[in-house]
Amino acid sequence: MTDAVTFRAPRNQWWDVWDQFKTHRGALIGMVVFVLIVLFCFVGPLIWRVDPTAIPSGRELLRLRNQGFSLAHPFGTDNLGRDMFARMMKGGQVSLAVGIVGMILSILLGTLIGVVAGYFRRADGVLMRLTDLFLALPLLPILLVMSMLFRERLSALFGVEVGMFLMIVTAIALTSWMRTARVVRGDVLALKEREYVLAARSIGTPPRRLIVRHILPNVLSPVMVSATLMIATAIITESALSFLGMGFPPDFPTWGRLVADGVDYLQDYPSRSMVPGILISLTVLSVNYIGDGLRDALDPRIRGR
Amino acid sequence: MKRTMALFGAATALAMMPLAAHAERGASGHLNIIYWQAPSILNPYLSGGTKDVESSSLVLEPLARYNQNGELVAWLAESIPTVENGGVAEDLTSITWTLREGLLWSDGTPVTSADVAFSAEYCMHPEGGCAQAARYQDVESVEIVDERTVTVHFSVPKPVPYGPFVTAQSPIIQRAQFENCTGARAPECTDANFYPIGTGAFRVVDFRPNDVISFEANQNYRDPALPHFATITFKGGGDAASAGRAVMETGEMDYAWNLQLAPDVIATMAQGGRGVPISAFGTLVERIEVNMTDPSPDLPPEIRSTRAAPHPVLSDIRVREALSRAIDRELLVEVGYGQAGRPSCNLVPAPPIFRSDANDNCLEQDLDRARALLDEAGWVVGADGIRVRDGRRLTIDYMTSTNAVRQDFQALIQQWWREIGVEANLRNINASVFFGGDPGSPDTFQKFYADVSMYANNFPGTDPEAYLGAYRCGFEPRPETQWQGENINRFCDPAYDALHLQLAQTASIEERGRIGRELNDILMQNYIIIPLVDRGRLSAHSNTLGGVVLNTWDSELWNVAEWHRL
Amino acid sequence: MFTFTMRRLLLAIPTLLFIALVIFLLLELSPGDPMSDMPLTIPPEVRQQMRLALGLGEAWYIRFYKWLYLFSVVEPSHVLANMTGYDWLRVEGQRILSFQTRSPVADIIAQRLPQTLWVVGLSYLFGILVAVPIGIYSAYRQYSWFDQAGTFVSMVGFSLPTFFTGPLLILICSICVGWFPIISDTTLVVDSWANFLKQLRQMAMPVFVLTLYNAAQITRFMRASMLDNLTQDYVRTARAKGMTERIVVLVHVLRNSLIPVVTVIALGIPTIFTGAIITEQVFRVNGLGALLIGAIYGSDIPMVLTLSVVFAILIVLFNLIADILYAVLDPRIRYD
Repeated sequence: MTDAVTFRAPRNQWWDVWDQFKTHRGALIGMVVFVLIVLFCFVGPLIWRVDPTAIPSGRELLRLRNQGFSLAHPFGTDNLGRDMFARMMKGGQVSLAVGIVGMILSILLGTLIGVVAGYFRRADGVLMRLTDLFLALPLLPILLVMSMLFRERLSALFGVEVGMFLMIVTAIALTSWMRTARVVRGDVLALKEREYVLAARSIGTPPRRLIVRHILPNVLSPVMVSATLMIATAIITESALSFLGMGFPPDFPTWGRLVADGVDYLQDYPSRSMVPGILISLTVLSVNYIGDGLRDALDPRIRGR
Repeated sequence: MKRTMALFGAATALAMMPLAAHAERGASGHLNIIYWQAPSILNPYLSGGTKDVESSSLVLEPLARYNQNGELVAWLAESIPTVENGGVAEDLTSITWTLREGLLWSDGTPVTSADVAFSAEYCMHPEGGCAQAARYQDVESVEIVDERTVTVHFSVPKPVPYGPFVTAQSPIIQRAQFENCTGARAPECTDANFYPIGTGAFRVVDFRPNDVISFEANQNYRDPALPHFATITFKGGGDAASAGRAVMETGEMDYAWNLQLAPDVIATMAQGGRGVPISAFGTLVERIEVNMTDPSPDLPPEIRSTRAAPHPVLSDIRVREALSRAIDRELLVEVGYGQAGRPSCNLVPAPPIFRSDANDNCLEQDLDRARALLDEAGWVVGADGIRVRDGRRLTIDYMTSTNAVRQDFQALIQQWWREIGVEANLRNINASVFFGGDPGSPDTFQKFYADVSMYANNFPGTDPEAYLGAYRCGFEPRPETQWQGENINRFCDPAYDALHLQLAQTASIEERGRIGRELNDILMQNYIIIPLVDRGRLSAHSNTLGGVVLNTWDSELWNVAEWHRL
Repeated sequence: MFTFTMRRLLLAIPTLLFIALVIFLLLELSPGDPMSDMPLTIPPEVRQQMRLALGLGEAWYIRFYKWLYLFSVVEPSHVLANMTGYDWLRVEGQRILSFQTRSPVADIIAQRLPQTLWVVGLSYLFGILVAVPIGIYSAYRQYSWFDQAGTFVSMVGFSLPTFFTGPLLILICSICVGWFPIISDTTLVVDSWANFLKQLRQMAMPVFVLTLYNAAQITRFMRASMLDNLTQDYVRTARAKGMTERIVVLVHVLRNSLIPVVTVIALGIPTIFTGAIITEQVFRVNGLGALLIGAIYGSDIPMVLTLSVVFAILIVLFNLIADILYAVLDPRIRYD
């Protein structure tokens, strides 16, 4: 719009997005925190070489359990003398993976169904009745049935850990896409009647490009909100599953499970459930701020200013 | 130490009795009881759940029950019939009970032998689905002799004829109330099932299923001075931890049932100073059951985990013994149960006459002996510390139900087994699936699609005959029986079966004790079952509540009439 | 719009039938067993007898048909009779009996409903009342300290599981300070100011935990949607016309931003009926959530099925209401 722009060499629009993103302080901090958490969980174990499932041998256990913060055990030890620092890292690996993969699957499914239902009137009836069905199904029996039918087969195919991971992530995605779908559909219903969509359609834009170019960018912000909320939901759902005995095997710590295990000890050793609780919150908060920054950066109306 | 505490409690209760006799009925006011599992029905014949049996025991009473020492005491009956006093026939095929004189139902009508006979008829109806049918097993008929006397005739000689009408599980119900509720009509009588008329110290005022029950003192109770409390609120639901807090820390509640929590958590709660934990021992043993058959998923479903496929590793007694030797039971108790547990080397830990001392060497953890046994069996330590034989790793699938203490036990035992070169794959399964008998589910304890599984079991009353009988040939769950059966390990030894038959034909208590101990020793010395902890019951009562005597042989609320405010 | 509503209502019947069938089959297939919480001392033969007494011996389609008849004819007649007081409305005969309590399912639901409406319903109402203004103001003053604090509190509130915040609150407010009771007295009848105060005290903690959770989600959607609309051209036009900020924000922008919020609220209201499973359990409110989870654990098929189908009816109904509201909020949306 100004002369400066016309003189600058043409460059990829993603650089503009990045420039805008950098100016968002919250998003930058969120990004740093998120990267730190990821490093802590995935690189940490390479440096802090303590086995998260190792129990002090023999009667040593009674002396070494329930310890507070110390140099030897930065987060203390649990009621079996296992190092909480190492458990936090190991637990983070599972929780982050479940949270993020579960979120991505659920959002993809939800957005796809929402856009198709909102845009194509024909599909709307069937897809929304399907949504009603999934909303009404009680979660626990679904998981029990899934675990009964697929647990053994998946473990045999991919090994216990990966098999379990696939099952949990699928279960979470299958039971949580409905809200995103309803929200996206509601927005699409309104958007497709807007003038610019009408204009695009009148010049013969095919539906696919119309959706990808004109509709999707405009439903981005509710999707972004859904995505950040979904991460928290996925991490907590995973913990509920493990807690009920339908998730990972019991020697697999996850953040959600560490919180749940620590609840009984809340009075004596509050840190035991506080620390993983704070880590879950931090992850969700940082993803939320990154989402905020991304949303602003992707909005050309804001970026231009 | 806990036991002395329980005894001490009993002594104080006895000391209080003469004092209390002067007090008026209802003088202690209101009592709050909390069970973290909520009662759903007040008819123990329609639900075997402990919560339902115990809550209904405030209202319904049996002819006789066990006291805190496991001794049979007369309750609605005048005395305990025995062969000596002529109450039990010489040939052990009948027992004659006589009701106390002047007993009244809470609606003021007299209790007669017709009510007693009807209670048996109600439970023995083939379409009723009675949960306590096992207590009436082999009953041929119940004969009404006169107003107050009934004779129970058995179809076979019964060395222990105290099944029917004994303990809170088979109480006397009122014929007038349940007459039209037998068989298939049983579930339709909601009013009778929710508001049973009983002889107990209390009567139901308001019943909200799975939530809360209000009771008030029974004005027709046989002792005019009892019960001390005028009303009771019986709250259900929630979790054990907050139930314990409500009694010991905030004092909102007076009595909390079965607080299965880690000992350090209980200790912190007790520091709250409003209440005290109490414990007592019964016959409940936490154990590891060893699968004698092959649970490998590669086998076809009709052979998997059945006796057609013996276990390739665990069939070797040396491996089983090694697994048992590697366990430090004292430490398990310390971590998981504290005061409410003690190491056990027996399947039958009590009563004393059935308790064997031949297996006490298991108390000592002996890792070297365990390693030696595995060496001897040909398992050689591999590169990663796990033993190998003929290319097969010594890996064991270890399943249990979901429960914080069980998961701690799994982690500890996994560690000890790792130290002797055995790898354990842990699995925990939701209790409603694990203990549910759905033949379609791969995760039930009956199907046993794992190498070892851990849970607790006990026997009702004080005689283990039926309990030990579970380990006979032919009682194992298998596809033909829809995976129902009690011989979880699929153990089969003709000598054991013969000895058990001998037990069923023996009446003398000393002889029964000897045979019972021998049967227990066979199972223990074959390492079919690896006992871990003799689990007591831990409950808590408020400092202002007196007269509580914890009883693990019968309902915990057995002497609620004598509970009073201090 | 009227024909649309009628068509959707008619279509709801086969939809609900199908949903009921799917839920029934799911429960059939699920590996639980109503006998699972019986002590192990009850032998297998007795368990089998008890299962037969529950009617589990019959084929699944017969049981489904029986349930369907009872649910659509007998139970409504009883509900109607109780509401109007006309006893002749009752259809006599068997009713849907719960496996656990052997009593009519509808009676237990009626008994539990008040607890849930008090706690979960109120917290939803509070959640909406708190969240909408906060969402609007956060968006209007984006990145102000108010917005930052709101974001922080709502994200922390949402990301902490209620099985953690519940016991934490109990520990702080009941055990250390002693303000509120741990155990909710569900028999309390509010008939005096003293009892009303008591009811308020025992509701305070669960309502707070749930309000935080509900408000967190609604605020986020409200804020995001407002932000989208605040930069639109029509806002500039409205301002250029000289409209006051108040009217621009609260009339123009708010109305256009409500679609996702209406969706989220319409999805949330039916969940009031299923209660808040964990919160109810932690605070022993024993409402419908506690009832549902207990029934699922106990494999109480008639209870779970009835609750889930009533829930499904509410979902279908409220999603229809949401669809109608879309058209009211944005008249360009057409369904015909």
